[in-house]
Amino acid sequence: MAPTIRPRSVLPGFGLSLGFTLAYLGLIVLIPLSAAFLKIAGMSWHDFVAAVASPRVVASYRLSFGVSLAAALVNAFFGFIVAWVLVRYTFPGRRIVDALVDLPFALPTAVAGIALTAIYAKNGWVGQWLDPLWVRGVGRLAAFVPWIDWKSWLGGTIAFDRPGIFIALTFIGLPFVVRTLQPVLIELEPELEEAAATLGANRWQTMTRVILPEVFPAMLTGFALAFARAIGEYGSVVFIAGNQPAHSEITPLIIITKLEQYDYRGATAVAVVMLVASFFLLFAINLLQKWSRRFSAV
Amino acid sequence: MNFKTLVLAALAVAAASAATAKSIELLNVSYDPTRELYVDYNAAFAKYWKAKTGDDVVVKQSHGGSGKQARSIIDGLQADVATLALAADIDALYDNAKLLPADWQKRLPNNSTPYTSTIVFLVRKGNPKGIKDWNDLVKPGVSVVTPNPKTSGGARWNYLAAWAYAKHRYGSDSAAQKFVAALYKNVPVLDSGARGSTTTFVQRAIGDVAISWENEAFLALKEFGADKFEVIVPSLSILAEPPVAVVDKVVKKKGTADVAKAYLEYLYSDEGQEIAGRNFYRPRNAAIAAKYASVFPQLQLVTIDAEFGGWTTAQKAHFAEGGVFDQIYAK
Repeated sequence: MAPTIRPRSVLPGFGLSLGFTLAYLGLIVLIPLSAAFLKIAGMSWHDFVAAVASPRVVASYRLSFGVSLAAALVNAFFGFIVAWVLVRYTFPGRRIVDALVDLPFALPTAVAGIALTAIYAKNGWVGQWLDPLWVRGVGRLAAFVPWIDWKSWLGGTIAFDRPGIFIALTFIGLPFVVRTLQPVLIELEPELEEAAATLGANRWQTMTRVILPEVFPAMLTGFALAFARAIGEYGSVVFIAGNQPAHSEITPLIIITKLEQYDYRGATAVAVVMLVASFFLLFAINLLQKWSRRFSAV
Repeated sequence: MNFKTLVLAALAVAAASAATAKSIELLNVSYDPTRELYVDYNAAFAKYWKAKTGDDVVVKQSHGGSGKQARSIIDGLQADVATLALAADIDALYDNAKLLPADWQKRLPNNSTPYTSTIVFLVRKGNPKGIKDWNDLVKPGVSVVTPNPKTSGGARWNYLAAWAYAKHRYGSDSAAQKFVAALYKNVPVLDSGARGSTTTFVQRAIGDVAISWENEAFLALKEFGADKFEVIVPSLSILAEPPVAVVDKVVKKKGTADVAKAYLEYLYSDEGQEIAGRNFYRPRNAAIAAKYASVFPQLQLVTIDAEFGGWTTAQKAHFAEGGVFDQIYAK
């Protein structure tokens, strides 16, 4: 008999490790999540809709998903620049900057929220300069394009309004993008750029035709992680958001509010809606990533 | 009797008394602003209990938003006594988990509230916006700080006090609703709890006036200096009754029923009432209240039972899903 060819693996026993994986995922992820679905199983359809589709709750979905998207997009762009600088250049203090990127991971979110609020409030270090600028900027916009209610969209102040939410979500999302892009950028040799240059590509072409296609899948992963993290963020946002119903109230706060009123089912129902929405969004991003990989094959 | 037997006898006595003197541990689950009050009171009670029974009692404290604390007890926190911001939160212990009987509030005098408080205003020194009463809070350009009544027990008292004022002054429920809606239009930040709200007002310099528990306002003066803030007492406010209760199921399991009951009853003693007064809670005992009369200003106080028909009714009408509070934010 011909010897069977088995792929060699460091961890012994496919059966054992798969079993462990399933048991572990089940215990840590699936059982708690299915408990959420069980909890709402007893709800009538009417109650469910009343809990998850009241105007205040719908406004909170729009805010949570909208601001999370904006924060993740900004992080994808600036995170790329940060990762690029950290990988491609050596400069004094690079290691310190590199370590700083991880800080939002490690900091308790409440500490981040309180610190950001203290800094960006009207009497804070940054807020005392930035806040009047922001108010004036929003005023200008309103003068130029009067048919959009800019003040309601962009907030009347920085802390305690929508810009504060955006700042908090950008803060907690940054390391996800930087840390997923860094290894890919390290792999990407500078020779590639030199080759592009010798073939007559200008900087713009090198960037869009050579570098971006290569890092795009990683960028999408980082974006998805930052986005997912932002949707679920509670601790840092409540301190800086102002928490006005139907205006600056994020969905996780709606869930807490329902819990405070002993409405366990209503809270779980909203949680399930978020869960399902996040799952489909992440699934869509995964598909997009698969699709984008086709273009990156060099 | 030689020295050896003397030592032995002393040792025997010590061992015997150690065997009878039990060491008891109680857990008091309370809301945010009572921290300082119960630190004082627990020391006094431990001394009283030691003198009375010879047992050592250590009372541990847990503080947080009133609703959150009630939920922790429902979810299994082993609280011997619950001392929360409003009766609705102790009612929840019965409604959701039957941890105590439905008529718990009748077991101790004065609706099971050994001390009361009320709702007052905290303004910046010199009162630059000239705030004297509730109707100054609805003026355009006045910025008001109060927590979210959906998440904070104190904020519910704030809201109901404003409502009661408007009802007395303008006569009807619809006028009161309009008044409260105008007031919340002036609120730029809805914090989730009373302490967070005080922080926003005091540390972040947000708002011209903070609506606050009376004891919390006095505490802010003490902590941050009377040169920065002033307490303003409105013409009418609500009599806030933060109730206390033994959690029957827990004390039965832990065998602490007697000491837990005594712990709450001692709050009504002269010493307990003194401690409440010292910590800016209004004592129930008339003689001791008279002693602190200079601290607590006189004002018209309405009760939730007379004005709103009790907590259950008020909760349902104003703070439940789709209630009046939701309506004033619906556009």
